[in-house]
Amino acid sequence: MPTYRPGPVSLVIAALVALFLLMPLLAVIPVSLTPSRMLAMPSGELSLRHYRALIEDPRWIDSILLSIRIGVVSSAFSSVLALCFSLGVWMFQPRFTAALVGFVLLPMVVPPVVSAITLYFLLTSMSGFSSFFGYDTWLGVAMAHSVMTVPFATVLILVSLSQLDRRIDLAARGLGASVWERATRIIIPNIKFGIVTAALLSFVLSWEEIGVTLFITSVNAITLPRLMWMGLRDNIDPAIAALSVILIIITVLVLAVRSVMAKPRGGR
Amino acid sequence: MRGVLSDRMGAALLMAPLLLFLVLAYAWPFLGVVKWSFTLPTPGLGQYEALLTDDLVQSVFIRTLRIAAIVTVVSVAAAYAITVVWVRGSPAQRLIAEFCILVPFWISVLTRAFGWVALLSNRGLINTWLQSIGFISEPLALVRNEFGVIVGMTHFLIPFAVFPLASAMRSLDDRVLLAARGLGSSRMRTFWTVFVPMTRSGIIGSALIVFVFSLGFFVTPAILGGGRSVMIAELIYLRIFQSPDWGLGAAISVVLVLFVGALMALLFRYVRPRQLI
Repeated sequence: MPTYRPGPVSLVIAALVALFLLMPLLAVIPVSLTPSRMLAMPSGELSLRHYRALIEDPRWIDSILLSIRIGVVSSAFSSVLALCFSLGVWMFQPRFTAALVGFVLLPMVVPPVVSAITLYFLLTSMSGFSSFFGYDTWLGVAMAHSVMTVPFATVLILVSLSQLDRRIDLAARGLGASVWERATRIIIPNIKFGIVTAALLSFVLSWEEIGVTLFITSVNAITLPRLMWMGLRDNIDPAIAALSVILIIITVLVLAVRSVMAKPRGGR
Repeated sequence: MRGVLSDRMGAALLMAPLLLFLVLAYAWPFLGVVKWSFTLPTPGLGQYEALLTDDLVQSVFIRTLRIAAIVTVVSVAAAYAITVVWVRGSPAQRLIAEFCILVPFWISVLTRAFGWVALLSNRGLINTWLQSIGFISEPLALVRNEFGVIVGMTHFLIPFAVFPLASAMRSLDDRVLLAARGLGSSRMRTFWTVFVPMTRSGIIGSALIVFVFSLGFFVTPAILGGGRSVMIAELIYLRIFQSPDWGLGAAISVVLVLFVGALMALLFRYVRPRQLI
């Protein structure tokens, strides 16, 4: 417990920063309830028409379903690759570990727009070979999202492995367990929480991904952020406000559940 | 059998899929982009020459550096203020600070940019309110310009600036602060002459992270700048899809990677990677 507490001046400045951080999230609530067809504050009466538009307009539903499909596939793919890689690093501690991990983390460090042009190059080259795996296809987007999420999944799994007691693995090894048995019966059950978190984070990152997606889709693979982007660039559609309110509520609920679940572990 | 050989093979087999995937899907295509920068539209160094001579490219580079510098200073200062409360406040204050940091952090960049449009546009909350109280007669131009871009980027980057600062403040020894107070230093003086200097590594780490992120920022400037305040990333997008001038887009990307790489090398000279989490 810190004995040195922030004084009144710090508290006032921090409160202003907190207000700044929450302001744009609160601003979308009144806009989503406006009866007007354009972006405006409700004057007097409130309306749920923009929430209804989300359910009735097939474009929103289609893009939500597509985003879920891409998110599930890329999250599963990147979590499995990240898990195998991390197990290899942890169990065998090969030479050049730092260089290999550094290489895997590159897509996280390189500016997203450079990753975007790189993946654009990849998918347009692949389009020449296959019509369902290149530019503007859902499998192409899932693969590009995997490139972008795999560093985050790897970091989370490596962090949970670093907290695992090596002696339990040594004991299993000493008792004659094979590599496969050590991985599936000793290590994986002990880092379950980390693996689930990695998969969840990969899904969320893919679900929100827009920088790369803009470069590699045009008319067929319209994910939810891509559709929001089109709405924001052309004419500002208050349906986006309704969608934003729903997404913010889901985020707050998930964070609340997570903090309740994390409490007994004493983690942050 | 569990010989040395099988261990090494096990490691190779487990690590190979991800490494192979990233080589094929990321490293190899990046080399393709480098190749574009030297071959499109004509082979040679023409695109790199254009980077040094083209007025538009130059002005976008300068604007990007200026916006990144302003955003860095404002974000780190704001993050510092809220991190002090998050790390050293009373339990209730810490909970509120954590909520205000983490909720925006998890919300998508598009939702956040949209929220700022709803606040700052001509018929947004701020202009509507100022007009209704008769403070202004014409709406203020708060968005679709550089001001809007800076506000939106600062909002996005504050949570990222918080983590290195929090790590530096957590490892600071309370007794030093108490000693300063005990020796008669005022609250303000203790803060500026003891607390801030002792969290220097956090400030450097946080500033470099925010600056590097600002350079490659795409979505927020494109929406809140409204095409009038184009930054490097949006310029690359326009060169690829509107001109289409793939060679120049590729050359800008290569320069951006080199620049960010140099900054990261600088970052790791001052801060160990562990301190950033």
